[in-house]
Amino acid sequence: MRYLPLTKNDREEMLNTIGVNNIDELFSNIADKVSINPKFNLPNHKTEMEVERHLSLLSDKNLHADNSNFFIGGGSYKHHIPASVDHIIQRSEFLTSYTPYQPEISQGTLQYLYEFQTQVSLLTGMDISNASMYDGSTAAAEAVSMAKRITKRNEVILSNTIHPHYADVIKTISGIKDNEFVYNRNFSIDIDYLFNEIDENTACVVIQNPDFFGSCYDLSSLAEFVQSKGALLIVVVTEVLSLGMMKSPGAMGADIVACEGQSLGNPMNFGGPYVGLLSTKNKYLRQIPGRIVGESEDVDGKKGFVLTLSAREQHIRREKATSNICTNSGLCSLAFTIHLTLLGEKGFKNLSRLNHESALNLKEKILKIPEVKLLNKSFFNEFTIALPIKGEVFVDRMAEKGVLAGIPVSRLINNNKELDNFIVVASTETNTEDDMNSYIEAANEVL
Amino acid sequence: MAEIYFTKDHEWIKVEDNIGVVGITAYASEQLGDIVFVELPEEGITAEIGKDIAVVESVKAASEVYSPVSGTIIKSNEDLNSTPEIVNEDPVGKGWFYEIKISNNDELLGLMSEEEYQKHIGD
Amino acid sequence: MKNSDKGLNHDEPILFEIGGMDKSGVDLNEPTFKENFIGDCFEDREIGLPGLSEPESIRHYVRLSRKNYSIDAGLYPLGSCTMKHNPRLNEKLARLKGFSEVHPLQPLSTCQGALELIDEISIWLKELTGMKAVTMTPKAGAQGELCGMLAIKKAIEARNECNRTKVLVPDSAHGTNPATAAFLGFDVVTIKSDKNGRLNFDDFKENVDKDFAAAMITNPNTCGLFEDDIIEIANYIHDAGGYLYCDGANFNALVGKVRPGDLGIDAMHINLHKTFSTPHGGGGPGSGPVVFSDILKDFCPAPLLKQDEENYYLVENHNDKDIDKSFGRLCVFHGQMGMFVRALSYMMSHGSDGLRQVSEDAVLNANYIKSSLEDILTPAYEGYCMHEVLFNDDFLSGTGVETIDFAKALIDKGYHPMTIYFPLVVHGALLVEPTETESKNSIDQFIETIRELASKTQDGEDFFKKAPIYTPIRRLDETKAARNPVLRWQKNDVIAAE
Repeated sequence: MRYLPLTKNDREEMLNTIGVNNIDELFSNIADKVSINPKFNLPNHKTEMEVERHLSLLSDKNLHADNSNFFIGGGSYKHHIPASVDHIIQRSEFLTSYTPYQPEISQGTLQYLYEFQTQVSLLTGMDISNASMYDGSTAAAEAVSMAKRITKRNEVILSNTIHPHYADVIKTISGIKDNEFVYNRNFSIDIDYLFNEIDENTACVVIQNPDFFGSCYDLSSLAEFVQSKGALLIVVVTEVLSLGMMKSPGAMGADIVACEGQSLGNPMNFGGPYVGLLSTKNKYLRQIPGRIVGESEDVDGKKGFVLTLSAREQHIRREKATSNICTNSGLCSLAFTIHLTLLGEKGFKNLSRLNHESALNLKEKILKIPEVKLLNKSFFNEFTIALPIKGEVFVDRMAEKGVLAGIPVSRLINNNKELDNFIVVASTETNTEDDMNSYIEAANEVL
Repeated sequence: MAEIYFTKDHEWIKVEDNIGVVGITAYASEQLGDIVFVELPEEGITAEIGKDIAVVESVKAASEVYSPVSGTIIKSNEDLNSTPEIVNEDPVGKGWFYEIKISNNDELLGLMSEEEYQKHIGD
Repeated sequence: MKNSDKGLNHDEPILFEIGGMDKSGVDLNEPTFKENFIGDCFEDREIGLPGLSEPESIRHYVRLSRKNYSIDAGLYPLGSCTMKHNPRLNEKLARLKGFSEVHPLQPLSTCQGALELIDEISIWLKELTGMKAVTMTPKAGAQGELCGMLAIKKAIEARNECNRTKVLVPDSAHGTNPATAAFLGFDVVTIKSDKNGRLNFDDFKENVDKDFAAAMITNPNTCGLFEDDIIEIANYIHDAGGYLYCDGANFNALVGKVRPGDLGIDAMHINLHKTFSTPHGGGGPGSGPVVFSDILKDFCPAPLLKQDEENYYLVENHNDKDIDKSFGRLCVFHGQMGMFVRALSYMMSHGSDGLRQVSEDAVLNANYIKSSLEDILTPAYEGYCMHEVLFNDDFLSGTGVETIDFAKALIDKGYHPMTIYFPLVVHGALLVEPTETESKNSIDQFIETIRELASKTQDGEDFFKKAPIYTPIRRLDETKAARNPVLRWQKNDVIAAE
């Protein structure tokens, strides 16, 4: 077995030292109660080549962003990742280290996390950020739990255009009862409805921006109103590149920002692992869940970094902790920060604009298809169109032609017939003019 | 002359008329180690005897502070926000947590005297 | 900036001191559009993100990486964390484009291979644990706990027994256990450990009453010991109408050898990043699938993977009829696919025979360390241990050296320390988990080093208090960091420093 260093001889010597005759003696207290060494209906070990062959066959069965014409977004985006990102995250010292509990031999991880926290705070326009969460959806759920702790109120209002799966995650994780949860799945955001629902029981209002359908909003007046009622505004961002062209959530007055950071440095991976970003105002510092890195100095007065504010966390506070979160998304946050460092201010804003431009170009072309309508009054790199046929049928037919044409809204919202013909389409810097022309050609054939 | 009482959870309260000043004992602050943060109650809220009213954190531990008596919070020690270390330096003096208007002086009868408390931590 | 490098030990300034607003390591085309379609919230703002060219970036991160200890560089005996070798085949396969470049919401007809992979790993996990069902979506161990306890909560609601709010957790448990239960609104009652490091069954029984909902028990527990009474405990729990959640963090001691399903548990999470070697990555990403017994399987979260004659498909909306009892959804998509690929590659490489060897070697290595050190260190409990061995700090008594000092001295000897001060039930705990991927040479050398350090404690505390001295940075002031939190770089830091 190539991964197990002990030889037969080693094992015998070691058993001798311990003073037992065979390995099962070490399991004897278990064997007294239940049968050990059961027979499994599983194959025996395989060579590296055999394993590789098997998994490659499974991989080959999938259409993917590099062998198709790819236009899907909805919380997971195809972007180009510079080669050096993957090189660095595969360095042993990053890949095979643990949570930085011993700061003297973990400064590499601690320093990049400190840099990551700074970059995230700058992007979101907030005071502080933690060292990452599992993904955007769980970050949003933790933001809601945080708002409930801060305001000591229970009612949560979700805007109607938040990603439907994000809404489900928030509801499940934050343990919101049906009567404490206001959410109405439909296409357009209804600001008046939100204003009307907010009252003295409201802990927070959660808005996604750009929303699930791709539209962008200035939330400044909403933020003011929400806060005037003693509630918090949580802004969710699923496409972090949008922050290169939009007012920051912080500038609009957000109290907590929860983002999905996958777009920088991380491939789509069929849904994970991703990296959640969570930022807030200084005054809520001690209510933020998860790992946080802070600056300090060592006994010689040298500057260094260390995990801090851990008295909030589960390993110390146990049942009184702010959250049960233990891990962050270490390696994904490393990929994120490397990609952002490679881009820099200029590159990030440029990449953001290239995404917008790509979507603008696709929109122009798509609207030439008869009976196709754009539903957005604004968008960043994805938008929603109404088709003359059901979205699901369209997307399946397009897939047969090698085009992954978007997300049929009915896949996520299956109880609102009005949305059946809608699809959400994304276009990024990776889509060429030729890709778009093939999309239009295929669409004209299937419609 | 103020009377001082103690709880088994290591809070002290100094009482004059029906106003009490509350903090944690020297023993508690030593057990916690270097105190880094104190979460104080808001002024005007009601405290209930035995219910958690504040939180005190060190690097490696965090602990609830339970109100020795019921009443209304009149004032919190805002110095603790910027210099929590005074809880270590002067726990029964400058390191006080909050001032409370006691709603029922009878509750004091259930608390310990200094002598009883010393015996309690000695055990 | 002053050069204070020493040989290969380089200082590395933070990004914000070396990067430039006009620098980039990525060449991009210039956008040419005239008018944007962003609307009111468009803003061309100054964000303040420094950039670096590619050579500078690589140097920055490579220099940082050299300040980290790693399992690739040496033994990493962190108890309860299972720092084992991470095979590189797994990394290669996770990067196959048919896995990494697949979107989670592609038409299901275009990602049958990805769904088949999820089905395969599900089959392995169910078979290895002897459990009826598995949900793959939890993002990490702690989310797995949340998943299991949400299913239990839902099952209790389905029985209309909402009075059952009490969850019993041993005092040796990981902090995530009580945190999870409390997060869900359960009342947590802590159960004491007995003098053998096992859960005190009498104390446990006394706390089971009509409000009893569930117990969360780690097995093997965090003392590295098998809970010998587990079957009796499980029966007692079930007779009382409650559920047994098992924290499977220590499954590495049992995999291929013992089926948790034979022990009477109702739900258990499995840390793919521990037992199945997906890399820890400096603190994540993890992956925490949960296996369920028959009585809980209907309450699993969305999405649910199913198969008809020809195809795999997903039931994604939890109002769909197949999962109408589901407690909801734990994350936006289908879980940590990248980790599933790595873990399946690991399982197939070992096979059923190799996995049994894994747990046997892990347990052998731990007991070998125990036997080789018990004359000089003080084991916390008598008898054989499982995959990790726990010592208390009695061997340090009177020396002035504390557990933390001993750990820091180990750093100067080239090792990552063992887990210290956990579990909380043992004074000054030192928890050593060598894993099965260490050679006998490596373990012998570790034993030798510990023996040397342990004898040195008799020569006074000075050496230990000063440690570490050979590291890029020495002991840090954690009080300062927590009293005045500086959690990000600010422009005026530089001004102040100048």
